[in-house]
Amino acid sequence: MSADPRLAALVDRADRLYRDYRLSSVRDWKARTGGLAVGYMPIYVPRELLHAQGVLPVGLMGGRDDLEIIKGDAYYQSYICHIPRSTIELGLNGSLDCLDGMLFPAICDVIRNLSGMWQMLFPGMLVRYLDVPQNFDRDLGGRFYRDDLEQLARDLAARGAAPLDADALRHSISLYNEDRRLVRELYALRGRAPWKVPTHELYMVLRAALVLPVEESTALFRTYLELVTHDDTRKPLDQARVLLTGSFCEQPSIGLIRTLERAGCYIVDDDFVQIHRFIQSDIPVDGDPVENLVVAFLTDAMASPTRYVETGVKGDDLIRRAEEGGAEGILFCAASFCDPALLDQPMLVKAVERRGFPWTAFKFSENSGQFQVIREQAGTFADSIKLWSGA
Amino acid sequence: MTTRQTATPVDVQKDASQVRQKAMIARHFDRLAAAPDTGEKTVYTFVPGNLTELLLSFDILPVLPEINALQSAMRGKSAEYISVAEKLGHSEDVCTYVKSDIGMLKSGNIGPTGQRLPNPDVLLLSYTGCFTFMKWFELLREEYDCPVAMLHVPYQADGRVTESMRRYVVDQLRQKVIPVLEQATGRAYDEDRLRECLARSAEAEDDLVWVLQSARHTPSPIDAYFGAVYYVGPIFSSFRGTPDAVAYYRELRAEIAERIRLGQGPVTPDGDLETERFRIVVEGPPNWTSFRQFWKMFVDEGAVAVASTYAKVGGVYDTGFRHDPSHPLESLADYCLGCYTNLSLPSRIDLLTRYVKEYSADGFLINSVKSCNSFSAGQLHILREVEARSGRPGGFIESDLVDPRYFSAANIKNRLESYFQMLEQKRPGGAA
Repeated sequence: MSADPRLAALVDRADRLYRDYRLSSVRDWKARTGGLAVGYMPIYVPRELLHAQGVLPVGLMGGRDDLEIIKGDAYYQSYICHIPRSTIELGLNGSLDCLDGMLFPAICDVIRNLSGMWQMLFPGMLVRYLDVPQNFDRDLGGRFYRDDLEQLARDLAARGAAPLDADALRHSISLYNEDRRLVRELYALRGRAPWKVPTHELYMVLRAALVLPVEESTALFRTYLELVTHDDTRKPLDQARVLLTGSFCEQPSIGLIRTLERAGCYIVDDDFVQIHRFIQSDIPVDGDPVENLVVAFLTDAMASPTRYVETGVKGDDLIRRAEEGGAEGILFCAASFCDPALLDQPMLVKAVERRGFPWTAFKFSENSGQFQVIREQAGTFADSIKLWSGA
Repeated sequence: MTTRQTATPVDVQKDASQVRQKAMIARHFDRLAAAPDTGEKTVYTFVPGNLTELLLSFDILPVLPEINALQSAMRGKSAEYISVAEKLGHSEDVCTYVKSDIGMLKSGNIGPTGQRLPNPDVLLLSYTGCFTFMKWFELLREEYDCPVAMLHVPYQADGRVTESMRRYVVDQLRQKVIPVLEQATGRAYDEDRLRECLARSAEAEDDLVWVLQSARHTPSPIDAYFGAVYYVGPIFSSFRGTPDAVAYYRELRAEIAERIRLGQGPVTPDGDLETERFRIVVEGPPNWTSFRQFWKMFVDEGAVAVASTYAKVGGVYDTGFRHDPSHPLESLADYCLGCYTNLSLPSRIDLLTRYVKEYSADGFLINSVKSCNSFSAGQLHILREVEARSGRPGGFIESDLVDPRYFSAANIKNRLESYFQMLEQKRPGGAA
């Protein structure tokens, strides 16, 4: 039995979209529709709102090991992570000149300050720092966040986007609900049968979706899900099931993800490209749709190092995900100099040790091209799980 | 060839204000040490966005972890504390204030005066201008069994405070912070008492601004970076809003006025600086592990900091803000929103450019510290922009807050000497 050739074609397309620094798909969309395209940095922005105003949200996650950083390094000291350098590089080399705006969610001080640099370097763009609330009461953080969203909508409209309309927003919410539902299904399938959904492949599909309109990304997810579900050529291997955490902003290269898989790890959960799963369930479409977006952020977002834990115990969410996903071990895989991930890590390590999960930790940079040390570390970790864990 | 300046080495006579400040700090730490016996309540909180007047109105004593960290560095203890934290799994990449604090806590929580610090009755996380603060208090929360009040202060990304931002902070003060303080202290919120404290704050702030702006004189009677660390001490820490702070700043102002009258330069660790050769604006926090050595590198060159952004990290007062007793909570909100690291990068560039011009600086210098992304991310951009706008040369050095491994004295001295040589050559009639 041979694999469906449509799967290889889909993965090939995803790979091309993922590798296209110049965002050809966005340029095509703009040429076709005449609409605005607005980039956003990792973790979370309310894409539904942009979509409802006819704006294409475009997810940016820095560079890879094939991007030569010439100008970007001149903006950052050696002890600052890599993603702002590559983002500046892409901005200055013209790759992002199809974007009409940029959103910088509240991730950390580096991304926060990058928003100010962007204001100055690209004065023609709409540049917004999206200061999501760290207070999760509806009448406090919720009210502030709503003000922020409504201001964003007005700013977009002032740039030529359609004014925000409640029915249009309800429709957009329903489209993104479907998009997220399919991603949840893909993650669930990978949890059950990780050999069917190799992480390096799923990752490319998730990245490709960042530069597509939601209608197309949903179709991409649906087709990929169907193809991998029915692909019986993929057979299970004796690999260790691990949950990977810490890579929610700067992303490791595909090479690193492949290295982990080849070293004997099935990644059964991760925090790559979190935007597709940050809101964990469907957002209601009835009632006040702006308020529904607000409430979803306040009450239904994933735990994240960028989000204050107001109640509960730090690490509980990680443990829940590890247990539900049947993980046998935890890989802490943070970008070098990533404050949120690295400051969180000691607390998360404590939590996983309390529950007896084996763990290992390493750091990466998005432009890392050498993985021998990580391969040996991950291989030893996977072997130790298979040889000595539990059973 | 440059002429090396040295301050006149003398048995340095402490000014009355210094003696007063030392006594204030000693009394505060005595109260903290005695708190478990006296029953006084304590709160751990941060310098930027501190709510000292509100805390005073509840008679609750503040402990400031980042002050403890810098004091640990000045006492030569931070390397050991950082090592303790790193052995516990804290990354070498992250803020050394956090690691020094965690290490100190794990080593018995002995404070700057050699006395044990009490456990907090409340953790008041004022999340102002620094993402790491949030993680720091998540870490502390795991160590202490006490209530946490979280105040999220939005960032001034667009260079202004909106009504929505102000309302968000005020509402959190009313609904989140004050109830926790009431519960922890068993006292009701007393707005009249808060107003009294705020009125005293404004009085002290007037005098502080006068002192900082005295550096417009030539020669400057103060060093607005190294020296200012001492001047801002009371108002940035536990004393804003107290009669002690009012008295301190009144006394300090009188002393500086006298220095101006006598045409004196700033006090340095080695005595008065006799000749002011370079007037410098400084961006970024100082290094604390080699504070005096670092300062002396400036003194040796006759370089005086005439303005600094670090002296604004606990409040920017010289652009007009004062605590306002007629709008107590709104005023606290505006204070938190206006702290230096809560300003956008363009606003920081505007402020630095303004300082270079208003203080007739020969140049500006950035001390970029590895630990603090809130300050450091974007400083190379700041360097280029301020140079372009002010027409003055910028210098750039790198160190750390409290990790001695990142203070390379020879490197920094070499860079500073080259920088000052360049300033000399750029003077009219210089050897360019």
